[in-house]
Amino acid sequence: MSIYDNELAIDCILLAGRIMMESGAETYRVEDTMLRMAHSQNMENSQSYVTPTGIIFSLGRTQPTRITSISTRVTDLHKIALVNNVSRKLTSHIITLEQAYDELQKIQKTNYFLPILLQVLAASIASSCFIILFNGSWLDVPAVFVAGGVGLYVVTIVHAKTRVKFFSEFLAALVIGIIAFLAVKFEVGQDLDRIIIGGVMPLVPGLLMTNAVRDLMAGHFMAGIGKGVEAFLTAFAIGAGIALVLSF
Amino acid sequence: MEIFIQLGLSFVATACFGVIFNAPIKAIPWCGIVGALGWTIYSLLSQNGVYEVHASFLGAFVVAIVAHIYARSFRVPMIVFSVSGIIPLVPGGIAYNAMRHIVEVDYLTGMEYGMRAFLISGAIAMGLVFAEVMMQLMFRFMNRGRTSIQSFVKEKKATKLK
Repeated sequence: MSIYDNELAIDCILLAGRIMMESGAETYRVEDTMLRMAHSQNMENSQSYVTPTGIIFSLGRTQPTRITSISTRVTDLHKIALVNNVSRKLTSHIITLEQAYDELQKIQKTNYFLPILLQVLAASIASSCFIILFNGSWLDVPAVFVAGGVGLYVVTIVHAKTRVKFFSEFLAALVIGIIAFLAVKFEVGQDLDRIIIGGVMPLVPGLLMTNAVRDLMAGHFMAGIGKGVEAFLTAFAIGAGIALVLSF
Repeated sequence: MEIFIQLGLSFVATACFGVIFNAPIKAIPWCGIVGALGWTIYSLLSQNGVYEVHASFLGAFVVAIVAHIYARSFRVPMIVFSVSGIIPLVPGGIAYNAMRHIVEVDYLTGMEYGMRAFLISGAIAMGLVFAEVMMQLMFRFMNRGRTSIQSFVKEKKATKLK
């Protein structure tokens, strides 16, 4: 195994870990995937240490060790599935290391998200369904349709502009609260509480919460607590935005 | 009739969450099925007088088991199915009520609601983890059985060749 091969392997494995972590995969699964990829390349002594904000990966005693930092975290299940696919192919020796690295680079550059309008529409429909599931009345559906869609739109746009997650969620919750308040005031909707609950459902940190507990159970206490704090901050931001509207 | 409306709506809602979380397009309808099953079990149980924490636990348990089966058959990570599947079970309404009472300076009721939300989300997480551990044990057991049979067959062939 030459130095070049080692460098390529470490780049490839780190990139895979980084894409998975940035797309919101569980920490223990990222570690597992990285080690599997390394073992398939006959690197038995490799070690990986994954946290939500950075990855440290080493190939062994006399080999290089590399760090990569992770600054953004979104929920992108498509990328996780794609990286998983590449690692599966690499570990069963269907593709070589060079091909895997090329594929991973392509995955990292491509934006797999569906158009924002489709996402907003999905959020609207999901919110409307939830208000009926939570025993709301069909009369509130138009108001919650608007509130859910606008909420997701605000969170996406503000996050793209400011890069502060807490602030974008706070603002989105505030907008949802105002829409619900106006809807009740102008008698488009009836039940303020249920409109707000339905509207904030697309913002709920469901992925973070489940990942936090699963990482804790897998023994990754740093990652579990980190993600738990992120989930708590998100919930707190939503709560603060709604509370501001309710307190008037 | 009521149950079919619930099934359909929870299917649509969970599939929409699949779109928001950007699940692979082929997997989105299956995400919907996972969520609909979880929600239907939760709502059936809680309508028949089961305590909400236990109902959430069982709902999440079913979500995780179905997600695991789909993940095995589609060869994608389990997270694709389980994340959108548990969204209908998340106690959004109770958490909202907790905050609303705290804003209205009714701390006692607020704490009560907050505790309920905390317990339910803990139950969901426990359900997911329990199901995952159980499925892993089961698959390991099944695989062990198969490999031992295969090795048995191999040995037989080897002896025949000798």
